[in-house]
Amino acid sequence: MLFDALLLQLGYNATLVAIGATLLGVSAGITGTFLFLRKRALVSDAVSHATLPGVGIAFLVMVALGGDGRNLAGLLLGSAISAGIGLWCLNWLTRNTRLAEDAAIGAVLSVFFGFGIVILTVIQTLGVGRQAGLEGFLLGSTAGMLWNDALVIAGGGAAALLLIVLMRRPMTMVAFDPEYAAARGISVSRIDMAMMGLVMAVTVVGLKIVGLILIVALLIIPAVTARFWTERSDLVVLLAGVAGGVAAYVGAALSASAPNLPTGPIIVLVSFALFALSLLFAPNRGVLAAVLRHIRFQRQVHLRQGLLAVAQEQLIYEPLTLRLLRRHGLLRADGVPTEKGRARAAKALRDEHRWALVRSDQSHEAAAAMYDGLRDIETVLTADQIREIDNLIGGPKEVSA
Amino acid sequence: MSGSEFVPLSLTPLLIGVFAAVACALPGNFLLLRRQALIGDAISHVVLPGIVVAFLLTGVIAAGPMMFGAAGAAVVAVVLIELIRRLGRIEPGAAMGVVFTTMFAGGVLLLEQTDTSSVHLDVEHALYGNLESLIWLDATGWASLVDPVALSYLPPELSRMALTLLGVLVFVTLFWRPLKISTFDEGFARTLGIRTNMLGLALVITAAIAAVAAFDAVGSIIVIAMFICPPAAARMMSNRLEGQVGWSVVFAVVSAVLGYVLAGYGPLWLGASDAVSAAGMIATVSGVLLAVAARFGPCRLRSGAPAGV
Repeated sequence: MLFDALLLQLGYNATLVAIGATLLGVSAGITGTFLFLRKRALVSDAVSHATLPGVGIAFLVMVALGGDGRNLAGLLLGSAISAGIGLWCLNWLTRNTRLAEDAAIGAVLSVFFGFGIVILTVIQTLGVGRQAGLEGFLLGSTAGMLWNDALVIAGGGAAALLLIVLMRRPMTMVAFDPEYAAARGISVSRIDMAMMGLVMAVTVVGLKIVGLILIVALLIIPAVTARFWTERSDLVVLLAGVAGGVAAYVGAALSASAPNLPTGPIIVLVSFALFALSLLFAPNRGVLAAVLRHIRFQRQVHLRQGLLAVAQEQLIYEPLTLRLLRRHGLLRADGVPTEKGRARAAKALRDEHRWALVRSDQSHEAAAAMYDGLRDIETVLTADQIREIDNLIGGPKEVSA
Repeated sequence: MSGSEFVPLSLTPLLIGVFAAVACALPGNFLLLRRQALIGDAISHVVLPGIVVAFLLTGVIAAGPMMFGAAGAAVVAVVLIELIRRLGRIEPGAAMGVVFTTMFAGGVLLLEQTDTSSVHLDVEHALYGNLESLIWLDATGWASLVDPVALSYLPPELSRMALTLLGVLVFVTLFWRPLKISTFDEGFARTLGIRTNMLGLALVITAAIAAVAAFDAVGSIIVIAMFICPPAAARMMSNRLEGQVGWSVVFAVVSAVLGYVLAGYGPLWLGASDAVSAAGMIATVSGVLLAVAARFGPCRLRSGAPAGV
């Protein structure tokens, strides 16, 4: 059943939803990346909550004009207008008052959402009787999506993608270094506005599929996920798009494969699964990689200290050090150093003496700064320099057995 | 309107609304100044999975387990946000966004998967509560306020909310000085020997308790609005913390009363027959107050002191 869903074999409606969701996921992932890099991820939460009054008012207006209140294009237009007003309020509050951006986000989010709820209850009490669809905008409802709705969503998603392709360079620059971008003659405020416009577009398009409470997840989670895998901004954008698309596609397919699996939450949970995998297993930035790095470092330190102890004929009690020395064939089971162990120990002690000289000599200041107790001296000084130091120390001395 | 109508139908929801608004606005002041204003938003989202899990475990809709579940979820969320922020080296806003949306999605999914048709538990209820239904049917008029029999039938939410407000008040009064110092100058607070980490955590936990209790009674939308809007509006009115907290309480009370009245009677005045959502209206009124304060408040500008001071 799931396999059928993934291959778009579950019929017309499921296929429509899957395609629409994938387009939405890709554009949300990409848009969200710029927002995330600009450290304004939660602005999207305010934008998405601010769509609710617009949806309600658009419904009321359309009914008042004698039309069908559920016309998706009309509702989305209304939501876009109110999201725009919300965004304007947010910018006004941060720019013209002493409120920080997070407070402005919270204020816009709660007030617009509250007002939207008021309008929804007005619609309920009007007894229009056909309002059932509006609650679907809170959490998304893909059941019974029509061809026209899918077309609106696909068109919106494609338009957002096109805009991103056109503006990717200035947006990247503004995201990383707004001062530099301004110096290059890019209007930062205008790019910010365009970025917010994209967020608005994605939010509005996503209302029908994931709903206004969860759309913010589609903007934030893929971007954060992609950030684990690379340090290059163009790749982050690309990966975020892929992560968003995959999550939306798999989520839509999963939700079509069984009853009682609402599309929006499933997409968010799939997205989070991708995030959790990245957090744990990404190379370099992942948790596993960090743990491995730590273990490797710990072993180096123990081995080095163990060798120095062997060279100075000190007894070793530390179990990890003993185990490491034995595993490398440097120490016999009874604690006596092997031939190889003695050679390595002598070398370690000699290196330590060399380092001591290097660190006491002003002329080697740059090299001395590299000393961390683990670094091989050969990687810092040339053979000639080492020979000079060795002349100061004197010839190698034998270590007694 | 006569007491025989007002006391049973409007007095208790009004009081619950006021208590909830003040209980959220008080810690909200400190959260706002510490740039943690969105914690209220995050907490009110993650309360949903906590409540659903509590329902699944106990099989009943009862206040006790629900509160435990919600508080547990809030703690889990705070820990998760911190964990993701540290392990993944992600900025706090994004970490918060990841956690609360995921937990909310999990809550919705659990809710859809379980059979809750026999009980009153749904997403809409969690979002905008049902303040209007918290009525006191055993009251017959003002005299009922001194009638022990009628008083024993007060909605339990009222006493719970009053207790929560009391707890928040005690916390803020007891820790007023350390809270104030650590909010404005954390380094200085630490040199005085104040354990700022513990204090910050205690503040978040207090906020979470207020949020959960208020959520149970009035839904999450009021919680978010009251955490932010009254303190934000109060911030435009005063440069002193004492003044700000005082104003925020005034704004919270005005929002709750005016919002409730407008929701209940506003449509009637306009000729409509049914009331609108009180929770939504309270949030809206608080937003209007904020807008007015942001436009005309004496201390609205970032530079601080008003002219002539």
